[in-house]
Amino acid sequence: MDMNEIKEIFFQECEEQLAELESGLLKLNDGDRDPETVNAVFRAVHSIKGGAGAFGLDDLVSFAHVFETTLDCVRSNKLEPNQDVLKVMLKSADVLADLVTASRDGGGVDEGRSRGLVKELEALARGEMPSGGASAEPAKPAAAKPAAAKAAPAPAVAPTDDSGFQPIPFTFDGFGGEEEAVMAPTTFEVQFKPRRELYAKGNEAALLLRDLSRVGEMSINCDTSALPAFDKLDPEEAYFSWTIAVKTNKNEQDIRSVFEFAEWDCDLDVKVAQTVAEDLPMVPVPFDLSALDDDAGADDGNDGAEDQTVANAVSAAETASNVTKLAAAAARVEKKESQSAAAAAAAANAANAANSAGQTIRVDLDRVDRLINLVGELVINQAMLSQSVIENDTTGTSAINMGLEELQQLTREIQDSVMAIRAQPVKPVFQRMSRIVREVADMVGKSIRLVTEGENTEVDKTVIDKLAEPLTHMIRNAVDHGIESPEKREASGKNPEGTVKLTAKHRSGRIVIELQDDGAGINRERVRQKAIDNDLIAADSNLTDEEIDNLIFMPGFSTADKISDISGRGVGMDVVKRSIQALGGRISISSRPGQGSTFTMSLPLTLAVLDGMVVTVAGQTLVVPLTAIVETLQPEASAIHSFGANQRLISIRNSFCPLVDVGRILNFRGTQANPVEGVALLVESEGGGQRALMVDAIQGQRQVVIKSLEANYTHVPGIAAATILGDGRVALILDVDAVVAASRGQSLRQDSGMKSDMSLQATG
Amino acid sequence: MKKKVLTVDDSRTIRNMLLVTLNNAGFETIQAEDGVEGLEVLEDCNPDVIVTDINMPRLDGFGFIEGVRRNERYRAVPILVLTTESDAEKKNRARQAGATGWIVKPFDPVKLIDAIERVTA
Amino acid sequence: MSYAGKNLVQGSRELIAFRIGDQEFCVNIMSVREIRGWTKATALPHSPSYVMGVINLRGAVLPIIDLSARLGMRKAEPTQRHVFIVAQVKKRVVGLLVEAVSDILTVTDENIQPVPEVSSELEKQYARGILAIDKRMICLIELDALIPDTESEAA
Repeated sequence: MDMNEIKEIFFQECEEQLAELESGLLKLNDGDRDPETVNAVFRAVHSIKGGAGAFGLDDLVSFAHVFETTLDCVRSNKLEPNQDVLKVMLKSADVLADLVTASRDGGGVDEGRSRGLVKELEALARGEMPSGGASAEPAKPAAAKPAAAKAAPAPAVAPTDDSGFQPIPFTFDGFGGEEEAVMAPTTFEVQFKPRRELYAKGNEAALLLRDLSRVGEMSINCDTSALPAFDKLDPEEAYFSWTIAVKTNKNEQDIRSVFEFAEWDCDLDVKVAQTVAEDLPMVPVPFDLSALDDDAGADDGNDGAEDQTVANAVSAAETASNVTKLAAAAARVEKKESQSAAAAAAAANAANAANSAGQTIRVDLDRVDRLINLVGELVINQAMLSQSVIENDTTGTSAINMGLEELQQLTREIQDSVMAIRAQPVKPVFQRMSRIVREVADMVGKSIRLVTEGENTEVDKTVIDKLAEPLTHMIRNAVDHGIESPEKREASGKNPEGTVKLTAKHRSGRIVIELQDDGAGINRERVRQKAIDNDLIAADSNLTDEEIDNLIFMPGFSTADKISDISGRGVGMDVVKRSIQALGGRISISSRPGQGSTFTMSLPLTLAVLDGMVVTVAGQTLVVPLTAIVETLQPEASAIHSFGANQRLISIRNSFCPLVDVGRILNFRGTQANPVEGVALLVESEGGGQRALMVDAIQGQRQVVIKSLEANYTHVPGIAAATILGDGRVALILDVDAVVAASRGQSLRQDSGMKSDMSLQATG
Repeated sequence: MKKKVLTVDDSRTIRNMLLVTLNNAGFETIQAEDGVEGLEVLEDCNPDVIVTDINMPRLDGFGFIEGVRRNERYRAVPILVLTTESDAEKKNRARQAGATGWIVKPFDPVKLIDAIERVTA
Repeated sequence: MSYAGKNLVQGSRELIAFRIGDQEFCVNIMSVREIRGWTKATALPHSPSYVMGVINLRGAVLPIIDLSARLGMRKAEPTQRHVFIVAQVKKRVVGLLVEAVSDILTVTDENIQPVPEVSSELEKQYARGILAIDKRMICLIELDALIPDTESEAA
């Protein structure tokens, strides 16, 4: 692993921390005051800052630092995280996310914005409430100020310029041992008397003396006079003290910094020696590191006689620290017996404990995708193998057939397991939406709350990735057009704060995502008029409310009177609908005037496989998604009724359901099929109504691997995708909703029919 | 024999940096993601020195250090605290909990190895 | 590649020539991935008449273009002897149905003559030059011009 890989990990981690940060802030915004929520929020920013510092991402560090400081005030209850405070913090989270993106991909961020937020955050840390907050509690500067200053010395002194906060580098230059022959050597006298806490905290006098020896030439004297008789000896007490003379070019600070970790736990006196005291047996110390090895005495025979005193002094220090070790060793021996018995089990337990708590590994997505593709091929191959065995095995017996069944079972299981790898909660996408709601609401001067539900609902990663764009568009629409201005809302007796609710749930093998707003609802009169103006419908056409609502999905339809910056952009709901359909999904709208609109999207859980019914239509093999089929039936002649010029209805349990001739709609045959000779598939279409799809015969049910037609060709009306069947041939997967839609209203069909003809001509 | 270092940090980035730095410097490295895991792993790995973060979920650095110091077998193991803040308050709390020394982030491989060398024989 | 590189002088290129009816055409060999024997294609609804359908090429779904129909000639009546030229056109891979591959040509730019003035828009659209080789006339065609590219327009 190199630094670039770690940097990659850092950015991945940032994504996670940012998500953590945002969800924590939103929880606080909802009134959650759990200290662990605050801690998690703090930690997220802290972690980002820590990693950013290691990579020298200064902009990120300085912003994170200011943010962290303010969060620390919340953490220590010096700052109440009310709505106004959280507004600043949520914006700061957005800027932090932008800074992370800029650090990773290059490019800049809105500096004015981040600088403004730095000021606001600093003001909060000082105990000043946001200026805009009318409902803000009166600030308590007296109480908050000193606390904030204490927690955050850096921003208090650091100017908010571009360089911002700069951690003071801490160096150990004094230990390098290099000669800096600038000054004449000075001799310092160091008095060092450890207390027992020094050893208790894992420091060792011997190591400190060793480090001191690196500062300069050292003479040492150990005072052992405090050592009591052996039977009174407390193995953890500190009995020795040292007087050391150090001749060095370095200064007092360099000497003191040797004791940096220990200065609280010892008596330390460093001064420039006036004269070398004659009564102390001072000896220059060529410090011998081997004395610190456990087996120092054994291998060390070349100590000169004059070093003996030094060795003694050092070994005294060693003894002092070894006493603690001995005590620990004694404790160890006592425990040893019982421990060794349980050793194996304990080791196993520890290993398990480390493994048990939700262990995960991170895998490159490409690898998973390759695996999925391979499994897809396996499924196809297995089907092909089965088919050729069936064709060739006339005896009908055979272990081969049983083996094949097992293979099929296994293949299915492998496939399910592989698909599960890609399943991810929709949470990240939902979280992104909350930022969009904030930003758009800010831009249009509305106050809007986003409520999310079911964020842990899992769906294939490709679906998640492709969901973000249409969802963003819809959220923008909901905020910009759906929700009324606060004044209008108040006038109609509503809460001036609008609510947008985003829900995800699993329903019959699909994921259903709902986007609900409590705005004004669809203005049907205006939509209708617009559709007439744009020649989308005839002026005298008689449409149900549902049909009018669904007009907004028509190409080129936009009700906004003027194109706004937010949701105008020339993209309409038709694009949203198309991208949802490209995912094998459906979208519909229901709206209640004055109460708001609900968009419902239903998407497959995976884009890789599908359970389908294999059918024959006009000599072609087609696959109909099983999720769409309610039931299959064999029509009887008496149940078929002609209706109007060329419509036919089938009566099912006293209700009449339109027949849809799939072969006609797909242009596979020129004349209408005879329903009695075929099979009817009763399907639920997106608008809610049922239709009976006429096919010639049912071949069977099976799971198929979805293959894109768009990869090498283009979208085909009425067809959702392709697959490869057991005979190695391509079969098309029917887009049930598109077929139903095409069979539905005359005007709609002609429009879409004409459109596709035109487009095809354009390609020719 | 290689010296064994136990690192405790919740950040994957920092964990990886510690791992790379320590392995390159010839240490054997054992890693834990928070204080709770740190104490669990401790029993098994018998480290020569411990490097720990302060801000961690489940059990923070202070709690972890106290836990180590209460452990009969390992209470004398040197513990270095990784800290982003240079302010005395945090260092003091770490010391009171029983930390041997500290390393001020931003993470710097030289500083880390220096500090480890200082507290180990 | 390296073999071709060794034998090619500067400015020359290799072309694959194939037959449709009594005419010969060629395309740049760089865009050809492989030649495959004919298999039955799955028909696509609402497709232009020159799109014969799709086939399975090692797990990928490949559209098959009846080049004869596409070039404004008679629709092909494919037999077992027909072949698909699997070609990369921009980012897509398509199969081109032709009667037979006849030759691999190495030509320089001087060998390629400009297309004579013809009335048909279609020929102007795809023909990039004419080659005279052994008294045969071979028309160099531009695949990019033959295959629709943007989905956004089509959808």
